[in-house]
Amino acid sequence: MRNKNMTHRTILRRVFSVILLILSLYIIILGVIELPPYGAPDNPVHNYVAQRYIEDALEDTGVLNMVTAIIVDYRAYDTLIETTVLFTAIMAVMITLKKDPSKN
Amino acid sequence: MLDFVLKSVVTVLIPFIQMFGLYVIFHGALSPGGSFAGGMILGLGFIALNVVFGLEKGQEKFSDEMAGFLVSLGPIWYGSIGLVGILRGANFLVNKDSGLPMGEPGTLISGGMISLITLGIGIKVASTIVTLFNALTEEE
Repeated sequence: MRNKNMTHRTILRRVFSVILLILSLYIIILGVIELPPYGAPDNPVHNYVAQRYIEDALEDTGVLNMVTAIIVDYRAYDTLIETTVLFTAIMAVMITLKKDPSKN
Repeated sequence: MLDFVLKSVVTVLIPFIQMFGLYVIFHGALSPGGSFAGGMILGLGFIALNVVFGLEKGQEKFSDEMAGFLVSLGPIWYGSIGLVGILRGANFLVNKDSGLPMGEPGTLISGGMISLITLGIGIKVASTIVTLFNALTEEE
């Protein structure tokens, strides 16, 4: 009797998880459908920002490598937080993997 | 890991690997590459030392305390260079208005704070990758 109950519960759980997956897939597809077509010239990403970088990067920052100019000057905040992300990652690794020398 | 050929080759190669890493870091403002790639190469030199000569020998050259210090130094260095802008009456992390010498574009020392920040990130990435490798290999 109890065994039969368990199987019913597992079947219900699986049906429920499949319904949940289909629902979340539906929500994701709704979001993806609204994306603009790939590579179209009038996409929102093709605005004045790229043009501004190409024309003014050398004068604004004084470096020849435009990638460095963007990540360290125009997007300096982003890179600062990126280094703290690395710091957090290495802290998590040290906490979980480092052996405690006082316990040996 | 006590192979004679491997040891000899790595002994010759490591200075060149680290020289190349420093080159990529310092030329981040001039040529393709930059702080993250250069720091990775610099760290891989230490990892090669650790792999071939063992962790004890690697600890002599680049200890865990040193690596931990440098990992913390990277963001602090970055943030304190950003504060130069505030001291000069401009915004946080501005480059051109902060008053640091901009230099001539195309020369090694150019771009104001960009070279300094690139050096900081390079050291941080190198010590991060070495710490990560040591933490993963110590677990026997």
